[in-house]
Amino acid sequence: MMETLQSKSTMESSLLHKTRHSLVKAISLFIGLGLGGSLIAFGNGGKLVASAAEIEAISFALGPTVTRRLTPEQYQRVIRDVFGPTIGIRGRLDPTLRVDGLLEVGAGRISVPPSSMEQYDLIARGIADQVMDEQHRDVLVQCKPISSTAFDEKCAEEFIGTVGRFLFRRPLSQDELSLHVDMARIATATAKNYSTGLSLSLAALLVSPQFLFRHEVLEANPDTSGKYTLDAYSKASRLSFFLWDSAPDGQLLAAAEKGELRTQSGLLRQVNRMVASPRLRDGVRAFFTDMLHLDAVETLTKDTTIYPKFSSAVAKDAREQMLKTIVDVLVTREGDYRDIFTTKKTFLTKKLAAIYQVPITVHVPTGSPDTWRPYEFSANDPRAGILTHLGFLTVHSHPGRSSPTLRGKALREILLCQKVPAPPGDVDFTLVQETDNALLKTARDRLTAHSTEPMCSGCHKIMDPLGLALEKFDGGGTYRTSENGTPIDASGVLDGVAFNDGADLGKAISVNPASISCLVDRLTSYALGRSPVQGEMSWVNELYKTFATGGYAVPALMQEIALSSEFYHASISLGPNYD
Amino acid sequence: MARNVSRRTLLRGTMGGAAISVGLPFLDCFLNGNGNALASTGSALPPVFGTWLQKLGLNPGMWEPEIVGPNYENNVQLKIWDQFRDRINIFTGLRYFLDGRPLKTHTSGVQIAYTGGIPNGTDGGPSLDSKIADVIGKRSRFRSIEVSIDGSRESASQRSGTSPNPPEKSPVALYQRIFGPQFQDPNAAVFTPDPIVMARQSVLSAVGEHRKSVMPSLGAADRERLDEYFTSIRQIEQQLTIELEKPEPLVACEVPSVPEEATPGTVLSDVETNSNLFAGLLGYAIACGQTQVFNIATGSLNLRQTGSAYTWHMATHEESVDEQLGYQKDVFVFNTWANKTFLNFLRTLDGIREGDGTVLDRALVLWQTDHGDARVHSLTEVPVFTVGSGGGRLKTGIHVAAPGDPVTRVGLTVQRALGVPIRTWGERSNETTRTITEIMA
Repeated sequence: MMETLQSKSTMESSLLHKTRHSLVKAISLFIGLGLGGSLIAFGNGGKLVASAAEIEAISFALGPTVTRRLTPEQYQRVIRDVFGPTIGIRGRLDPTLRVDGLLEVGAGRISVPPSSMEQYDLIARGIADQVMDEQHRDVLVQCKPISSTAFDEKCAEEFIGTVGRFLFRRPLSQDELSLHVDMARIATATAKNYSTGLSLSLAALLVSPQFLFRHEVLEANPDTSGKYTLDAYSKASRLSFFLWDSAPDGQLLAAAEKGELRTQSGLLRQVNRMVASPRLRDGVRAFFTDMLHLDAVETLTKDTTIYPKFSSAVAKDAREQMLKTIVDVLVTREGDYRDIFTTKKTFLTKKLAAIYQVPITVHVPTGSPDTWRPYEFSANDPRAGILTHLGFLTVHSHPGRSSPTLRGKALREILLCQKVPAPPGDVDFTLVQETDNALLKTARDRLTAHSTEPMCSGCHKIMDPLGLALEKFDGGGTYRTSENGTPIDASGVLDGVAFNDGADLGKAISVNPASISCLVDRLTSYALGRSPVQGEMSWVNELYKTFATGGYAVPALMQEIALSSEFYHASISLGPNYD
Repeated sequence: MARNVSRRTLLRGTMGGAAISVGLPFLDCFLNGNGNALASTGSALPPVFGTWLQKLGLNPGMWEPEIVGPNYENNVQLKIWDQFRDRINIFTGLRYFLDGRPLKTHTSGVQIAYTGGIPNGTDGGPSLDSKIADVIGKRSRFRSIEVSIDGSRESASQRSGTSPNPPEKSPVALYQRIFGPQFQDPNAAVFTPDPIVMARQSVLSAVGEHRKSVMPSLGAADRERLDEYFTSIRQIEQQLTIELEKPEPLVACEVPSVPEEATPGTVLSDVETNSNLFAGLLGYAIACGQTQVFNIATGSLNLRQTGSAYTWHMATHEESVDEQLGYQKDVFVFNTWANKTFLNFLRTLDGIREGDGTVLDRALVLWQTDHGDARVHSLTEVPVFTVGSGGGRLKTGIHVAAPGDPVTRVGLTVQRALGVPIRTWGERSNETTRTITEIMA
């Protein structure tokens, strides 16, 4: 008993030590820079004065900046980065909207409805309470207050200024600092407790618009008159959320503060550092989670009487498997994007291995939480590439049945960026779906026997043949060769490339030009927070070319985007219907 | 002791889906002679508005009554609601208009029902519940409460297209929100304002100060979104103001026990259990003066029986119409389940007595759906119901036939009845200035 307690406390202190270490490191980075440098108040950094005609001319060539709300994942990561991993998030973080295929684009459209605000407030107070609790206060709050009840202005100012710089992703303006110090003062007096006062002021930073929204400030472009570019801190944020899916670290903020991000060499130095950092994996994972709709796993349920091995834990493993495989190909092995559709290499847990019907040995050393093992499907195994992974197969199926239509739609819309039209109204679907006909044993039989309805067949011809390639995997992702005793035919053709099964389909997708342009289009939209406008298309076309000549390396493409002037140029945000 | 008994009763009632009758001591000293108004102010208990979204409609021909007007007789599918027939209005013949725009199946109809129009992207306006909440819900702690009984991530309620109100999926989380540490029991003998709440209020009001520096630098679209953000900040501030005031005593208020956690998923029995748990929580949230507006969504199309791969949505499209019966049999089973679940919800509200009335008596619940006939995604002959008079603000027990009229007529009527100052509601062909006079009180 004694021993257990002791080891627990050792673990906690080591976690704390880590927190302390990273915080001290981070703080030391901007010691000496002070808060009095180039302070930029929210929005007035660029001092924009532009005529309506000027704005119109620019908006044609350049898109607007977009004020994005932090996604739940970004929120969690920023809190972990700033306060350390022992601070928990207690409450519900609401997702953004999916717009033009991406949650990151929806992040630029969503506001904060009252019930989300209530949750932000609850979570913020939870975080602030933990930061001020006995376990963390001494580490995270540098100054010691003069007493527990009296207000210590110097200490409050120091704490709020330090934390606020990370949360607002720039130094607080003098007004902002005074406002939050005043909050702490008033709250201390009301609650008759300094720690409570400081805690509430920290909570206020965490619900303030400057934290929850990534507002971008423009300034006149020093190189090109009449054009605007993001100011240094907005550049730092764009970079950081794009490459790391989190707020800028101390080094990046310092580079912004010193004006280094205004020079191409300074920018290059930071981008190279960030692309080389292990945190690039967070950025790559965040992008592919968004692009591949892996958030759908959160609400995925299967009928466990039909798929007894499936559970919400399996669903989470399935998402992780896809992400691990993608990161392995693209980052670890610095491979070709197209290989994610064909690779035999992956990572499995015992639960996944059971569904894939392959043997893995997971020997977990004492204390290691890692239950993942690398695995390579054999040459004759039907699985290859992410399309044959559970994370794709199960999400785009019904709870108790596969769906060639849903899978085909996902392949078209998610991987090829092609839009499948919505079905028309007043259509009788029993014409195309007749499950109770004993003569129609497979999905292919059912879908083709009734392709006589021209109103339906037009779109189903786009979706179903692709989806049928994956029919040898049922709605729970398990391999099968027949349905109702009849062998499954998974063959088909995509744009002239024939395939015989799911692994083959991966090859056909990987060589399809649309899958390449789709990746570039999604990545640029993800970076900008909106679809590129007409004037930016020449840049996107250039990116197609460099992506191809660079061997379809995604980190290199991200680096290319991060170094492009187009990534930072913008017009003034114009209104809801700019596109 | 009596309180403990009633807590158990609540739990049993909500779990079993049976009617709840709570044996509360009737402390009429707090109420006026009739028991339906607050003693201290003499004002009637305020109205309550709720929406119930039930996707996939009903079996055509099985729900419409033959008799038009009062004293209608329920058709087969609605017989189960007979107990409340006098309090239910049935509307037949209504439709959604697309005006040539593409149909987003299972979505466009809901958008018209809730916002009066079909948004282009995220440019939609407020849903009718939020307009009503701005009129009747300002004095309650929660302007509105959104709930998804089947785990779906969206409620149809929104402040605007960029500000959708996310639903609560967990009864435990909803319990904590309403009856957690911040709850002020209106019947508590002693009221002490919490100094921490006072401090929080001053801090949040200072957050509002950022408006001056934030707004001028934004483009029009971002300005609207940040405006919504500041509105939400103000609402939280108002919540705190309410927590700092001594609440009016409410005899029917009873703090329920912490409910069991919801089983996620789409199996009918689980969803029914969740619905019953949420019903109990919402009923007491209303009785305790915590909210006057709620939105309940059954947004998933994938509900199914345990062990069946066949979802409700699949059934609507894949099951043939039975030649002898004239309807889809399996779909009928799903619809009957849905009507029973709604019935249990009504029973729960009606089981909470307030003086000589019940919570349901001052409620007005609007039941809407996505399609007339889900089998073919039709937008005509769309079923719509209202339950309750909102405390005498609507006539009830009437079947109104309005062939070819826009569904928005009901939305307009409900909004007008609850005091929203509008003359027209809806866009393009869904726009209407005609309230349903047959039910206007």
